[in-house]
Amino acid sequence: MILFRLKRTLKLGIKSLWMHRLRSTLTMLGVIFGVSSVIAMLAIGEGASQHAQEQIARLGSRNIIIKTVEPPEEQDASSQEQSMHEYGLTYSDAERFRNSIPDVEVVVPIRRLSQRAWYRNRKVAIEVIGTVPWYPEMASIQLKLGRFLSSIDMHYKQSVCVVDEKVVRELFAFDDPLGKDLKIASDYYRVAGIVSKQDAGSAANTFNNEVPVASSQGGANVGNVYIPLTTVKDRFGEISIQFSGSSGQNIEKVELQEIIVKVSSMENVLPTRNIVDTLLGRFHKKNDYQVIVPLELLRQAERTKLIFSIVLGSIAAISLLVGGIGIMNIMLATVSERTREIGIRRALGARKRDIIIQFLSETLLLTLAGGILGIILGSFIPFLVTHFGRMPTVITGSSLILAFGISAAVGITFGLYPAYRAANMDPIQSLRHE
Amino acid sequence: MQQPLSKNPEVKNDTPVLVIEQLHKSYQLGAVQLQVLRGIDLTIKAGEFVAIMGPSGSGKSTLLNMIGCLDRPTSGRYFLGGKDVSRLSDDELSLIRGKRIGFVFQSYNLIGQLNVIENIELPMYYQGYSEEKSAARARELAVMVGLGDRFKHRPTELSGGEQQRVAIARALANDPLVILADEPTGNLDSESGSDIMNILVGLHRKGKTLTIVTHDENVAEQAEQTVHLLDGRIK
Repeated sequence: MILFRLKRTLKLGIKSLWMHRLRSTLTMLGVIFGVSSVIAMLAIGEGASQHAQEQIARLGSRNIIIKTVEPPEEQDASSQEQSMHEYGLTYSDAERFRNSIPDVEVVVPIRRLSQRAWYRNRKVAIEVIGTVPWYPEMASIQLKLGRFLSSIDMHYKQSVCVVDEKVVRELFAFDDPLGKDLKIASDYYRVAGIVSKQDAGSAANTFNNEVPVASSQGGANVGNVYIPLTTVKDRFGEISIQFSGSSGQNIEKVELQEIIVKVSSMENVLPTRNIVDTLLGRFHKKNDYQVIVPLELLRQAERTKLIFSIVLGSIAAISLLVGGIGIMNIMLATVSERTREIGIRRALGARKRDIIIQFLSETLLLTLAGGILGIILGSFIPFLVTHFGRMPTVITGSSLILAFGISAAVGITFGLYPAYRAANMDPIQSLRHE
Repeated sequence: MQQPLSKNPEVKNDTPVLVIEQLHKSYQLGAVQLQVLRGIDLTIKAGEFVAIMGPSGSGKSTLLNMIGCLDRPTSGRYFLGGKDVSRLSDDELSLIRGKRIGFVFQSYNLIGQLNVIENIELPMYYQGYSEEKSAARARELAVMVGLGDRFKHRPTELSGGEQQRVAIARALANDPLVILADEPTGNLDSESGSDIMNILVGLHRKGKTLTIVTHDENVAEQAEQTVHLLDGRIK
């Protein structure tokens, strides 16, 4: 019986909405746009934050990254052109991290250099990364062929290198690079392995952009060539000379561009960060380093995401509210238009609640249909944003449920008052209504 | 014509289906209290045909609303089928009028979005009948009033006389105690008017209790009891 009533009520609702197709469609538009903007905004917000979180997660949530930064006051002082400019992280820093912090698992020192690599008659700009055999643990690179650097390479300062896929593509074309010799500056290095980079560089760049890092950010580098740190130290030294425009040459001495510290567990990341700060503060007179804690960034990104979602969600909610008011307006008009029908129904035995159910179900039908269409439209918008705006978007199931729930809530909220008004009309007055 | 007879075996001739005692109704209009009904006593027996007459402003409509359970009296008592309905709640009153009263209005009052069958089904719907049961009975009633070939038509596709037939079928849906017709021929030409009267009188002959509010002396002549109202009292 209840099912029959429900079926009847819905059938009747659809019928009377269908009779006023244009009006129903226009009314639904408010909900459609409201719901689709909720979904689109949440998808854009979610996409942006997921993108940021992925990038941060690639840096490693248990890592602490310390970067060399060119101290700002030195830049002014460098008007004394010929003086050597010495700053940045040192081998002793790396040593101290390894020896005096209890929770440190691994320390990876990194030295970067902009260089050119030759193979036969081909030449490309590359970045030399002088590092240690356990570097791949920290950076998200994957070994494709051969092997990575080994401790024997380190110990004997071997002339070996590992290249990434981009370098292979540019330099070797169709040759098998393994075992071939690559010329960087004046020395040859034998290729021991090939790695693929999972955009770790771009993750690092995200943060490099914030603070200018005084390392060899050549910009036009094709890819990376990994060489044992000891070998790099031996062959290239620590002094680099840059010719900078009118002021002539600029001599710099930088030992390490970056040190990555991996901590035993996530809980120990923040305490370790404090020790790192203290240690560096004690031995560095100049402010020539920057400490990046991905975990902190991750938490910050989560907070930002929350605020972002709240702001976007409220904007969308306002548009839903406007849609809801539109629905209420139309339903009130419908109720007064159908006063006589209400009177007839009351005379034929309809209770107040029957009238409420009738009008409420009409409003609900309208908003739920609007909600479904809004979900379809709203799922389509992020797709366009991703395609044309090159912005990552993520539609989560929960946002669809949320949007549908909101449209149902809007239907009930804004449908109740018109339905209540319809039910409380005096049946005698309504029957006389023309 | 197939005629569904009264399904209330307890209601026999000479048993009053409707008893009104000292019924008063007044409306508050600002500071003035408007006395519309001033002590009405009326008894309608089962199967009786009663005509209610009176000039406009005599309280005719108000009395009809009282009988039809659309309104509650200020004082006095009203028994419908032996049950005091003068102090019932709005919900109870709704169910009672759906079940016990069959309304036939001057302006038909069919619902425009619904077809003939759906209009006739409406009182059964609010009493909670099953779909098959109400649809079957609605078809039966439509055939009875001579609309066997118009099941799916909308009210706007029917003539006035046909619409009033639908209304009569609808009034019979729940097999009510009383059929309450308010100037049922008022909007019709004389030919369809007499058709409608024939149907109503036919129902009365089959044992239905019939109360008609009318201006038409010819209608009143056919009634067994005629109630003349004037200034809220029965003359």
